[in-house]
Amino acid sequence: MGLADKLLRGGRATTLTTTLATALIFTGGGAFAAPDAAPRDAFPSTYQAAAQPPFAIVGATVLTGTGAEIADATVLVRDGSVEAVGAKLPVPEGYVEIDGRGKWVTPGIIDAHSHLGVYPSPATPSHEDGNEAVAPNTAEVWAEHSVWPQDPKFRLARAGGVTSLMILPGSANLFGGRSVTLKNVPAVTTQGMKFPHAPYGLKMACGENPKRVYGSKGRSPATRMGNVAGYRKAWIDAADYARKWDKWEKDGRAGDPPKRDLQLETLAGVLNGEILVQNHCYRADEMAVMIDVAREFGYKIRAFHHANEAFKIAPLLAKEDICVATWANSWGAKMESLDGIEETAPMIDAAGGCAIIHSDDGLLIQRLNQEAGIAMTAANHAGLSISRGEAIKWITANPAKAMGIADRVGTLEPGKMADVVLWSANPFSVYALADRVWIDGVPMWDRSDPRYQAPSDFLLGQPGQEFAR
Amino acid sequence: MTRRLLALAALAFATSASAETIAIVDARLMTMTAAGEVERGTIVIRDGRITAIGPGVAVPVGARVIDGRGGTVTPGFIQADSTLGAVEVSQVPASADRATHSAAISAGFDISLGLNPDSILLPVSRLAGITHAVTTPLYDDRGGRDLQFAGQAAVIDLAQRPDMVTRPRAAMVLEMGEGGAERAGGARGSAIVELKATLADVRHFAAHRVAYDRGEGRPQKLSRVDLEALIPVAEGRMSLIVKVDRASDIREIIALAREEKLRVIFDGAEEGWRVAADIAAAKFPVILDPLADLPHSFSELGATMENAARLHAAGVMVIIKTGSGVAHRARELRYGAGNAVAYGLPHDAAVAAITVNPARVFGVADRVGSLEAGRAADLVLWNGDPLEPLSQPQAIFVEGVEKPLTARPLELRDRYLPR
Repeated sequence: MGLADKLLRGGRATTLTTTLATALIFTGGGAFAAPDAAPRDAFPSTYQAAAQPPFAIVGATVLTGTGAEIADATVLVRDGSVEAVGAKLPVPEGYVEIDGRGKWVTPGIIDAHSHLGVYPSPATPSHEDGNEAVAPNTAEVWAEHSVWPQDPKFRLARAGGVTSLMILPGSANLFGGRSVTLKNVPAVTTQGMKFPHAPYGLKMACGENPKRVYGSKGRSPATRMGNVAGYRKAWIDAADYARKWDKWEKDGRAGDPPKRDLQLETLAGVLNGEILVQNHCYRADEMAVMIDVAREFGYKIRAFHHANEAFKIAPLLAKEDICVATWANSWGAKMESLDGIEETAPMIDAAGGCAIIHSDDGLLIQRLNQEAGIAMTAANHAGLSISRGEAIKWITANPAKAMGIADRVGTLEPGKMADVVLWSANPFSVYALADRVWIDGVPMWDRSDPRYQAPSDFLLGQPGQEFAR
Repeated sequence: MTRRLLALAALAFATSASAETIAIVDARLMTMTAAGEVERGTIVIRDGRITAIGPGVAVPVGARVIDGRGGTVTPGFIQADSTLGAVEVSQVPASADRATHSAAISAGFDISLGLNPDSILLPVSRLAGITHAVTTPLYDDRGGRDLQFAGQAAVIDLAQRPDMVTRPRAAMVLEMGEGGAERAGGARGSAIVELKATLADVRHFAAHRVAYDRGEGRPQKLSRVDLEALIPVAEGRMSLIVKVDRASDIREIIALAREEKLRVIFDGAEEGWRVAADIAAAKFPVILDPLADLPHSFSELGATMENAARLHAAGVMVIIKTGSGVAHRARELRYGAGNAVAYGLPHDAAVAAITVNPARVFGVADRVGSLEAGRAADLVLWNGDPLEPLSQPQAIFVEGVEKPLTARPLELRDRYLPR
């Protein structure tokens, strides 16, 4: 049964294996190459981790990202992957040994909401490439085409232990465009940072931003009901587009394929489950409306972002399996964020949901560990019982889930990519610094070794670079 | 003075809650006075006033005892460069009184008038140990960067009482550097010339006020209220908070201040560490955000987390703030101080940078910022290191009044917390 059929029947299908998908994922290299069909990997990742000798971090306290805290642990890394983690494991011969005594190890920190590269430093108008704020639906734009890999903030985030991050378009539009997931490695091109085969996300936005941006221009949406009408109209068009591709497939690809439409292609990618919806939405009532819109058109929302009021509907979000990416400290800038509290993430967690602490900010991305510590402390003060092993998931395993890369990163389980941080102290402490960071087992940051602290091209030769930062 | 007497009278007639004797026992005391740190001591508070403090202080009979359980007592923190009391929701202009775009009122804008003691932000910030703030005007640049001065800052308390102004008109706010250049027509050279011209105008006005009253003064760019407000600045009686970041801008301001005999407080100073010796020699304090390490503009290319530590090491008086014009996120103040420690600032210097240093610089050190017998209790008991996110306040006193450990976000939390 094709996607179009399911939509015609008003179905609530969540796994849409469709012929449309086949049409959309054509690589263009095979016998069936249809020049007009969308290539699966139009801007492929060129990132490759360099080979490294195997190593062992010995004697540290490890938060695995699975919920466990292991004292006096050994972490074995081989061929860019986690090989084993356990208490007092013997170190095999030939492994470089790293003294972790008195220190802590976590999976690499993952930020599910960043604008690094699309809003780089310095923040000049020539650099502001994050919001295509000219129409409420710009699903056709891709954040990766705005990313400036020389943004000095990538290195600052690396010094904060961030190894993967999702770069999103801004929230001016109902549909802001595609996100891109990056490995936080120094590179000259964005393709050189792209997380290989990470799914795309679609940035959507609720509430005040779209209605303010377009209402002030005297056009729709000017209200929240205008916002919702805008989403529904777009999904109707996307379903129609999907039907045309379905028909072409069913007809044995006879004749010309339908003309590709970049905007509808991204929306159809959501309907077939390949592209994950990342929905900026603050208020509980609006999140509930967005869940109903998703039901109406048969797609899933992967995560609500910012979501200051998510704590009011924690059981609903857990039941719907929608992650909540939020902060501990941010609130009150707008009416829709007035009810923000420190305990949103832990209350989602306590309800059995997927809680995430995100940054949305070039400063906070350097200290996601502290933000998680603030939420954890506030929650425990309120009588919830959140362990360190649980809280670390908010900035490792859970963002990996929201970004669709949990099979490869987010925990220190054997076989996972060896994205690892060695902290000078308990990572929830304000005094903890990332001593060393590995990405795919390759050293990418060392607080005591200038070789890993090179500034971006932009900062080279600029004033005031005499000290590492 | 009258205000002080009224405050004393208010204390005398305070509720029964403060008309009692309280003893905080078994706590580390960071006095921020010559007495230094007391490893394990007691504070006795009678009718809101500290009557005894130190090791080996006896607990008076009948006193209510607050067990410190080995925690730490600090003076109440002071959030510099805040807009507390002057904003409820940042993007709701009607809820904000932190900036003006009136062409006739720039230096004259007095933020101490029209503050809101009922702001829900005050208890939120108080839970972060903040008992006072330097509420500082911002520029309202919606119509363009037109105004030269943002206005006059005030020291306030967070007790949520009608008389919340500890010290009005505590300093004048001026943006120089990139922003100042734009205000003066687009170039730094223009901004410096304009500032000198303004000071000359103010001095002329001050010396010929009678002539001005007769309508015989020379034409003035600034309004009369602005000129009046700037007289204490031009005479070196009121500090000028100068917002600059670039090292060269800081040097220019030091030179100009020497020439014009101005008292300067630097705000921002992200490249301050590059000219630390010059700032120390000029004896100008610096208000800085220790987290500001982004090369966000061409004036901040040298921004680093080590700014606080390096300035302190050079002998500069450092005041730590979070963000700029902070209000909702003021509660991050103590974490900012903690991060400065992680990047080399001594712990006691970090606590001084959010207590006694701002108290001295803004002229309220006789009342707040340190713990001494004889003054109203303005302090916080913490269950651990006050700069750690992992610690929480256990008791809070604002100028003699014990405040409850609650705020609207906690009420919201409790409404939805599963039972």
